[in-house]
Amino acid sequence: MSTVSHREVASGGLWSRMSLGQKQVIWAWSFLAVPLVFYVVIRFWPTFQAFYLSVTDWTITKPAAFVGLENYGRLLGDPLFWQVFRNTFLYLILGTPISLLISFVVAYYLDRVRFMHSFIRALYFLPFLTTAAAMAWVWRWFYQPVPIGVINDVLSSFGIPQQPFLRSTSQALPAVLAPAVWAGLGFQIIIFLAGLRAIPVTYYEAARIDGLPEGAILRKITLPLLKPTLVFLVVFSSIGFLRIFDQVYNINTNDPGGPLNSTKPLVLMIYQTAFSSYEMGYAAAQTVVLFVILLVISLVQLRLMRDR
Amino acid sequence: MRFGHMLASVALGFATLASTGAKAVEIEYWQYVFDTRVKAMNQLITKFQEANPDIKVKQTTFPYADYQTKVAAAILAGQGPDVVQLFYGWTDNFIAGKMIRPLRAEAFPAAEIERDFFPIVSAMKRGNDYYGLPTAVRSLALFYNKKAFKDAGLDPNSPPRTIDELVAAAEKTVKRDGSGNIVSAGMTLDMGGQDHQWWREVLIRQFGGVPYTENDTKVAYNDEAGLKALTFYTDLQKKHKVGQAGFMDEGQAAFRAGLAAMTIDGTFRLGSFGTIKAFEWGVTELPANAQGVRSNYASYFANAVTTKAEGEKLAAAEKFLKYVTSPEAMKVWMEVVGELPARREVALTPENVAHPVYGPFLKGLEYAHTTLFKDEAAQRQVAIDMANRVLIGGEDPKASLEKAAEAEQAIIDRAKR
Repeated sequence: MSTVSHREVASGGLWSRMSLGQKQVIWAWSFLAVPLVFYVVIRFWPTFQAFYLSVTDWTITKPAAFVGLENYGRLLGDPLFWQVFRNTFLYLILGTPISLLISFVVAYYLDRVRFMHSFIRALYFLPFLTTAAAMAWVWRWFYQPVPIGVINDVLSSFGIPQQPFLRSTSQALPAVLAPAVWAGLGFQIIIFLAGLRAIPVTYYEAARIDGLPEGAILRKITLPLLKPTLVFLVVFSSIGFLRIFDQVYNINTNDPGGPLNSTKPLVLMIYQTAFSSYEMGYAAAQTVVLFVILLVISLVQLRLMRDR
Repeated sequence: MRFGHMLASVALGFATLASTGAKAVEIEYWQYVFDTRVKAMNQLITKFQEANPDIKVKQTTFPYADYQTKVAAAILAGQGPDVVQLFYGWTDNFIAGKMIRPLRAEAFPAAEIERDFFPIVSAMKRGNDYYGLPTAVRSLALFYNKKAFKDAGLDPNSPPRTIDELVAAAEKTVKRDGSGNIVSAGMTLDMGGQDHQWWREVLIRQFGGVPYTENDTKVAYNDEAGLKALTFYTDLQKKHKVGQAGFMDEGQAAFRAGLAAMTIDGTFRLGSFGTIKAFEWGVTELPANAQGVRSNYASYFANAVTTKAEGEKLAAAEKFLKYVTSPEAMKVWMEVVGELPARREVALTPENVAHPVYGPFLKGLEYAHTTLFKDEAAQRQVAIDMANRVLIGGEDPKASLEKAAEAEQAIIDRAKR
């Protein structure tokens, strides 16, 4: 009994000597500490460990030995890496502008539609909620040759020769990209709609009274004021396309990233190196490279699109 | 009073602990989840425990995905199984990781193993030591759709015996639409399925070559025989146009749907094809070449004793391994799982050999080969890419073969480090 009251007095003394501001800071940090510790242990620590692993030859069963930059050297000399590197950027360069353009056009016109607005919006959002694996499987069957592939059935009923799609080194990547773009549209449309709604109506009214044509309104008012939304979406979808994995893996499970590695993105190469060949050190080196790419691209985009 | 109570219960606790401790050794057995396998193993464990009341076996199962990773992580952490199931192709990895131990020659004499088991168990041998033994083995055979054969005017009871007859039967059974698109294949082409094994261990040998030399560490197929084997395979699509890689997504899917007259697959497909209601199918040995040379590819999951088992657990683990690889266990396994017994005397009974479904697979075991893969997935990918370069890219088979040999040699060399 007496010890308890004694301690209260002591700690009470320290606590009461602090200013209100200091107390607030302590409270804030003690609450912030929980997610921070979580992030450090679950996110940052493994990240640093990946940097360490990338200079070892760890294979799960054999103990890790330091090999210096050997893994990075091997990566640079690996033709598969450069192919995968190119594929990854193709996903990015094709995927981001196409998906943003489509979603902006849809959002721009959907914004003006009053009839069943919420319903149509929900329809566009639906694919975003679907599991990528399930979607990839459905599209995989769409792309099949006759007699079961829907797209080829339609083509051949019009007398157009059937297309190989997933069995072609040139058509496979766009074919894999299409469902990925489609799946992301819903999210981007919602964000664009929110951005469009945030532009004050008075600007438009003023422009219309001044007799500005619609095209000029779009160019001079809508797009500049949408810039923060656009920056967010560009960065967000770029990271998404650079990390594309489940669509690619599931649309061709027997030959993931095939045919002839024409659809293989960097993340899939990492996955196969790590969990199929068990070359953890080499996979960690690939991960570090992906990390650097993501970092550089995000920084460049943020800088280019920053408000001046 | 209360104290006396406590003392009594503590004493009782110690007594039970001591008695169970002295009586039963508990060992753990790990395998992946597959309904019939788990059921068969449960039956074996019950029988084994009846015969050995002093040993208790606990079976742990988990999904096949990442099986290797999980077993490795558990054993390296000092946890995990005393007896473990592993694919024969992982043996090098498991030995390198000090996860499994060689079978003691006193308990499992090599001479007996070599006398009683099919020769393919040599894939578990390193130096003079065996590192594990299978209960059951699987091999390949040609599945054919009897209805498609009848419709094409072929005798549904005399399937092709040679690869030339195979091509002829495929040409008769293939169906195309007006624009020449295949709507029903004569023969499936699926390197990602079992075709890469067919090409590697069967076709190459039938065209006079060998896939590898020096214990499967040197790629040897980059020659005339390899080229003929590859050309034969790709000609099925390019020249004879009896099949198409990617048709119906997978060869087995096409056959199941009744849209392929013939496919090559393994014993493990019997369960899935057994549910086909729409047509009757048959099985026959993989076709021979014109000179009558046959070959087959066999594989298996072996059971091995881990490095975790020590002392009395090691003795119990050896006893258990002996039991699960005994003739009695193999009979149970064949009845419940439908896989072929690994011992000759159990497998090659007159009744089994005459069996319309098991017979062709069993005959294949006599002359089957087992590839010592270093990285099965990566080596399979080499074969897939080799065929794709010819089928999609239109590359010359010779150039494609050379690239494949080079790529596969690199994979093998890297694993040797």
